[in-house]
Amino acid sequence: MPDSGGALSEKPSDEAKRRRARWPVFLLLLPVIAVLWVPSYNSVEPQLAGIPFFYWYQLLWIVIGAALILLAYLTSE
Amino acid sequence: MNWTIVTVFVVLFGGVTILGFAAARWRRGDLDLLHEWGLGGRRFGTVVTWFLLGGDLYTAYTFVAVPALVFGAGAVGFFAVPYTIIVYPFVFLVFPRFWSVAHKHGYITAADFVRGRYGSRWLTVAVAVTGLVATMPYIALQLVGLQVVIGAMGVGGQGLMGDLPLIIAFLILAAFTYTSGLRAPAAIAVVKDVLIYATILAVIIVIPSELGGYGKVFAAVAPAKLILAAPTAASLGAYGGYATLALGSALALFLYPHAMTGVLSANSRHVIRRNAAMLPAYSIVLGLLALMGYMALAAGVKQNPAYADGFKQFGSTFAVPALLMASFPDWFTGVAFAAIGIGALVPAAVMSIACANLFTRNIYKEMIRPDCSDAEESRMAKMVSLIVKIGALVFIILLPLQYAIQLQLLGGIWIIQTLPAVIFGLYTRWFDPRALLAGWAAGIATGTWMAGTLAFKASVFPLSVFGYTVPGYAALYALIVNIVVAAGLSLILNAAGGERRDETAAADYR
Repeated sequence: MPDSGGALSEKPSDEAKRRRARWPVFLLLLPVIAVLWVPSYNSVEPQLAGIPFFYWYQLLWIVIGAALILLAYLTSE
Repeated sequence: MNWTIVTVFVVLFGGVTILGFAAARWRRGDLDLLHEWGLGGRRFGTVVTWFLLGGDLYTAYTFVAVPALVFGAGAVGFFAVPYTIIVYPFVFLVFPRFWSVAHKHGYITAADFVRGRYGSRWLTVAVAVTGLVATMPYIALQLVGLQVVIGAMGVGGQGLMGDLPLIIAFLILAAFTYTSGLRAPAAIAVVKDVLIYATILAVIIVIPSELGGYGKVFAAVAPAKLILAAPTAASLGAYGGYATLALGSALALFLYPHAMTGVLSANSRHVIRRNAAMLPAYSIVLGLLALMGYMALAAGVKQNPAYADGFKQFGSTFAVPALLMASFPDWFTGVAFAAIGIGALVPAAVMSIACANLFTRNIYKEMIRPDCSDAEESRMAKMVSLIVKIGALVFIILLPLQYAIQLQLLGGIWIIQTLPAVIFGLYTRWFDPRALLAGWAAGIATGTWMAGTLAFKASVFPLSVFGYTVPGYAALYALIVNIVVAAGLSLILNAAGGERRDETAAADYR
C-alpha cells in the first residue's frame, strides 16, 4: 500500500518492526471466536467455587481478552 | 422514607454537582469553541479516558437492566459479558484509525468523517440523524435507573410531586453540562467509577457469604434458566440469539455518538489502544453485576413484602435496589444508590453532548447556517444539549416506560446500519456513497420490520432457513441485508464511473 506521508521519515527498521508485529492482531480473534462458539461452553459442569462453567468461563475470557489486547499493544508500539 | 440512605445519597450527589460546575476550569479552554465544549478540547489522557469511557458505557441503565434481565430470564441475560469481550478487540483494531483521521481533519462526529470521506450530503445527514434518533431514548433510559433508586429510597409519591426529585437531579445535570461541557461528565466519572467499584467489591464478597456461598446463589435459579436451552431438531434455539446479540451489540456500541465522543476526546490514538486493554476491568464488574440478578433470586427479595410496592412499580428493575437494601447497612446502601444515580448523570451528559455535536455540526452548520461563527456553533450546541435532556425527561415522566425501552431497542437496530459507511469507510473508499445510502435504508427497513413482527418487545428474530429456524438478533440480520445491498449497488455504480470525492489520504489513518 503506497505510503505517501510516512515513507520519507520512516527508517527501514521501523517498517520491519511494524510488519513483524502484526501476528498478535490475530490473537485478538481468539476471544471473539471463543465466546461466539456457544456450544463449547453451555454447560453447568465443571463448577468453580459453586459457579457453573457457563459463567466462570465467560468471565475468564474477559481477563484473557484483556491480556491479549495488552500483548498486542506492547508488541506493536 | 429512609433518612440515612437519603442523606448519604444527597451528600454524594451534592458533591458531584459542585464538581460538575468546577470542571469548567479543568484543563482550561475556550468553552465557546465547539471542540472545547463538546470534546473537552481533545485533551484527555489515558486515565481520564478510562474513567470517562467506563462511566459512559457502563450506565445506570446497564446496572439496573442487566441484573434485571438475568433475574427474570436467566442465562440469556448474561449476553452482556460476551458482548463486552467482543467489543474491545474491535475497538483496539478499528478506532485508532478513526481517531487519527478525525484528529487530522478536525472531525468531531462520525457524520463529519462520512462527509469528508464520501462527499455525499445525503449519506452524512443519514448517519447524523441515525445517531441522534438512536441516542435519545437511551438518555431517557438513564433516567429510569435514577428513578428506580429514588423510588427505592421512598422519596416522592404519585404524580408530579413524585417526579420532583428526578426533575431536580436533571436540572442540575443540565446546568453543569451547559457550563462545562464534556469536562463535567469526565470529572464526575471518576467519582462514579470509584463508588461503583467499591459497591461491586462489597457485593461480591458480602452478599454470597450472607447467602451461604456461590453454590447457594446458583441453586436458587430454575434449572431451565441456569444455562441456555440446547438446540432442537427444528431450531438453533437460544444459541443463535445469544451469539448474535453479543456480536451485534458489540458492533453497534462504538457507533453510538456518545462512544465516538469519548473516543475523540482523547489526546492521542495510543490512549484508545491502551484503553482497549484497560476497559475490560469494567466488563468484569458487569459480569459480577449480572450475577447480582441471581443473588436477588437467592435472597428472595421478590417474596419480601417490604419490596412488594417497588416490584409492582418497577418490575424486575427493582431487583438490584431491593437486594442492596436487604444486604447492606443503610449508609452503604446510600453509597450504592449514589453510585447508580450518579451513574445516570455521566452517560446522560455525554449522550446529550454527543447529540448536540451531531446536530450542530452535521445538520445546523451543514444545512441551515453554513457560515455561523464558532461562538454561535457552541451556543447552539449548548442549547441543543439542554433541549435533548428536557425532551428525555418529559418522555420518561409522561409516557409509559415501555415506549422508551422499545425505542432503545429500535435504536440499537438502527445505529448498526451506519457500520458500512463509517467502519468500512475507515479502510476503503470502494463503496459508492449512494449504494451505502441504499444499504442503510434497506437495513433500517428490514430491521424495523423484523422488530415490528415481534411487536417491538424482543429483538431476536426467528429467521427461517429451509425450514430450520435460526433465531438471531434483528440488528445483525438487517446489517447483512445492508451490506449486500451496498456492495451490489457499489459494483454497478463503480462500473459506471464518475467522480470520487474524498478529502482524506491513506496516511491520515495511521
